[in-house]
Amino acid sequence: MKRAFPILAVLTALLLVYAFYEALWVAPMERTMGDVQRIFYYHVPSAWTAFLLFFVNLVASVVYLIGKNAKADALAAVSAEVGVVFCTVVLVTGPIWARPVWGIWWTWDIRLTTTLVLWLIYVSYLVLRRFSDSSQTPKLAAVLAIFGALDVPLVYFSIWFFRTQHPQPVIGGGGSIDPRMLHVLLINWLAFSCFAFLVCWWRYQLELLQRDLEEAQALEALLGDEGLPATSARARSPLNKTPSRPGTV
Amino acid sequence: MNSIKFLYAAYIATWVIHGLYLGSLLRRYNRLRQQRKDLGK
Repeated sequence: MKRAFPILAVLTALLLVYAFYEALWVAPMERTMGDVQRIFYYHVPSAWTAFLLFFVNLVASVVYLIGKNAKADALAAVSAEVGVVFCTVVLVTGPIWARPVWGIWWTWDIRLTTTLVLWLIYVSYLVLRRFSDSSQTPKLAAVLAIFGALDVPLVYFSIWFFRTQHPQPVIGGGGSIDPRMLHVLLINWLAFSCFAFLVCWWRYQLELLQRDLEEAQALEALLGDEGLPATSARARSPLNKTPSRPGTV
Repeated sequence: MNSIKFLYAAYIATWVIHGLYLGSLLRRYNRLRQQRKDLGK
């Protein structure tokens, strides 16, 4: 699995380049918006990937609350962080697309507002995890993640139930799309999903390494206080259980 | 409507955001590796 990372990274990079080429030169130009509509091939896959990551965060949080599984907690933290990055892309590319098409950068439309609220919920989730020292932090974060996930269907279905400037969804909604555009959209989504998976993988390894280090430092401090030599503390350190991971994180 | 600059801006912004995040992960990785080395001394 560890050796597969560089191979998957190269394949994902190639897929991203191919998806970029398809988005800019192969997808047909939209008649009313022109070339600016091609932002769609980055904006929509980023939104879908963010939703997917927030769903992973929800599942991992529920698993943590049920079984107090530390790896589920680590996965929840990682998926939320990468999800926020993709949600940021959505919130940045959306206004850049809106400006030439709607004539404004932002409007307090239901889709835009719920997406901003979603981003704020997950940013607060990350802030909670980053700055709270309580032993209850993972539990509080997991509960917050469940509330945050409730906003995801609200974002997606908001444009079905409210009048909005935002276009209808291209899949499962009232909108329609040229099959060639749909093909390019799905290639870009696949590319961004692979990219998100790799980033999550790397970030997950970092999270485990950080937790091992914190445990080892706490153990060394504890055994140091008891007057034991530092070498015995190192022997008990969780870092000694695992081989070094150069190039894997 | 000269919309091509908005298209480029959106694509560049996307990769700047991802690049900044990957850069932060790389810095975190180097810091953790250094901490692990220090702890092993």
